[in-house]
Amino acid sequence: MASARLPTLAVFKFASCDGCQLSLLDCEEELLSIAQRLDIVNFPEASRRWEPGPYDIALVEGSITTIEDRQRISVVRKQSRVLVAIGACATAGGIQALRNSANVDAYARSVYPHPEYLSSLASSSPISAHVAVDYELHGCPIDKHQLLAVLLAFVEGRRPPIAQESVCMECKARGHSCVLVQGGEPCLGPITQAGCGALCPAYRRPCYGCFGVKEHARVEALMNHLQAHHGMGDDEVLRSLSTFNAGSELLIRIAERYRRPPPQDSEDS
Amino acid sequence: MSNRELPLNAGLRTRRVNVEYLSRVEGEGALFIDVVDGELVDLQLRIFEPPRFFEALLAGRSFTEAADITSRICGICPVAYMMSAVQAMESMLGCHPSENIRRLRRLLYCAEWLESHLLHIYLLHAPDFLGFDDALTMAKTHAEAVKRGLRMKKAGNDLVRLIGGREIHPINIRVGGFYTTPRAQALREHLDELKWARDAAAETVRWTAAFEFPDLQRDYEFVALRHEQEYPLNEGRICSNRGLDIPSSEFLEHFGEHQVAHSSALHAVRKATETAYYVGPLARYNLNRDHLSKATRELAATVGFDRSVNNPFQSIVVRALEVHEAFTEALRLIEEYEEPEHPAATYTVGGGIAIAGTEAPRGVLFHRYEVDEDGLIRHADIIPPTSQNQRTIEEDLAELVGNNLSLPQRELTWRCEQAVRNYDPCISCATHFLTLERRDGTTG
Repeated sequence: MASARLPTLAVFKFASCDGCQLSLLDCEEELLSIAQRLDIVNFPEASRRWEPGPYDIALVEGSITTIEDRQRISVVRKQSRVLVAIGACATAGGIQALRNSANVDAYARSVYPHPEYLSSLASSSPISAHVAVDYELHGCPIDKHQLLAVLLAFVEGRRPPIAQESVCMECKARGHSCVLVQGGEPCLGPITQAGCGALCPAYRRPCYGCFGVKEHARVEALMNHLQAHHGMGDDEVLRSLSTFNAGSELLIRIAERYRRPPPQDSEDS
Repeated sequence: MSNRELPLNAGLRTRRVNVEYLSRVEGEGALFIDVVDGELVDLQLRIFEPPRFFEALLAGRSFTEAADITSRICGICPVAYMMSAVQAMESMLGCHPSENIRRLRRLLYCAEWLESHLLHIYLLHAPDFLGFDDALTMAKTHAEAVKRGLRMKKAGNDLVRLIGGREIHPINIRVGGFYTTPRAQALREHLDELKWARDAAAETVRWTAAFEFPDLQRDYEFVALRHEQEYPLNEGRICSNRGLDIPSSEFLEHFGEHQVAHSSALHAVRKATETAYYVGPLARYNLNRDHLSKATRELAATVGFDRSVNNPFQSIVVRALEVHEAFTEALRLIEEYEEPEHPAATYTVGGGIAIAGTEAPRGVLFHRYEVDEDGLIRHADIIPPTSQNQRTIEEDLAELVGNNLSLPQRELTWRCEQAVRNYDPCISCATHFLTLERRDGTTG
């Protein structure tokens, strides 16, 4: 390959939709220039090439849902100098983490005629629940510009810039009128991690939290507001907190307060 | 992996093809084929993508959430999932979006076909025909082609982003229509690039038609939507080249899914005959060629494709023709675009059975929901194209291996991988959501 050794990049997939790693291919114009600065040695979605580690940087997509994957992620960690978890599945369990509060046997019975083959773990968990993670990129899906910024920072030896504020900050910066206050719509922007560029408000849609809850967010205060001023019931609040980042510890803890006790007959139709 | 021992030095007629991790497909799968003495004894397109339980986790969710939730089944074709979901709900509610919304949805769906097909043609499939591990390596000697492909793909993605909000898991789709509809001027700014891309699509058709195609002709039952006037995307009856012609609402009466031990994706078959069938570009093309634009039909004739195509390796040319059609259609829809008066049609919440089938880039995508009076989903069935094609892929491989036992091991293995990629399989979609173990106890 290249004569001067480039840093190596490897992409690994766990339970996910492929969308976050697709962001790398969606870089289109920048893709060829990325390939000149990083040697993409493992990217099975895009290449037959497969080289053994160690790797300088690993992008890890998806959540851990099987015993095999729990073992595989620890191997990936050992092989990778820098491990970046990309997307809601890798950082917060993904929508498949909704199983964490459900009866997995009932799930299996309702989907498959032969649930006896099931070898899934009872939960879907983020990468950080299993191994040390160097950086996390939030979002369902991640923002490709954030991904590019992280890769660029890596090759230049800088710390990657990862926004820590809420969607509200981006929304204000873009000059949108407030969906929650002026629009009167139940917007999750105040508690949601920035990174999308306040996309939904730009389309006059309330934020639905796909970048996950921001650190130190006052989730309950917003939920109280939504219940008091937007007429949301407990089950609506519960659903709005239980989506693409359903494995987030903070959200699980808060969501539990809105959960009704399960019915006596747990048979799933 | 299989524990069976193959005899040593058995010659070319006893072979094992073992691809532990299929590359250049979306999702996690493997391929395992054993041939002993010229007889096929084992063939498995294994899917070990972990389960994500979508159908189960939809239970108890609002009918308004189905589009956003099911889009997360697949990062490559989220628009397809969103379209099937919202149209299913609209049919249940008796909600009728305006003609302008219908046209904008068609434009959005064209744009998704573009980004998905161009990803497959240039980055995933062409490297097989030209003998490269990937498009980045191919770019070293075929820079112009790869750059052309990436620029065309971007033209499609830019449209998805403008109309949908972002390329992956768009945010601007709802039951009834959209949250916000684009201004005509914003769409028209794309016209020049789309015109360039339409010409580049013609170049793509000529480029792929000149590839060398392994010989494989099979007598398939092709299944696709068919619309009265249009090349099918969002609407149409489900038809086949063997006389099937039904509304989507009868899909489950004619098609069934079987669980097999070596795959976490269910295998679909025609119920009456228990036989495999074929969905995707070839099926659409063979059943709907008469609805292509004149320009695409003439282009097809120049490369000898004004005919039914039964060689799955030639699907790359048909995808390129569909790319040409989608750019042509996008240009027409933008030139005729009138911004809808209301971004979404209204409806009254209610329950019932919600059904819709649309043409995802990889073929028919069927959704069915049972919804209660409060608008909560009680049951969901989702049948994606790749699980419908799974058995057909295995049958292709059986014939291909039998016909190619004289090939050296490396070529035979690569040829088999290429045959799987003919279908642009989306394993993330096909996995309905469980990990299975083989009956002998090894992991499947």
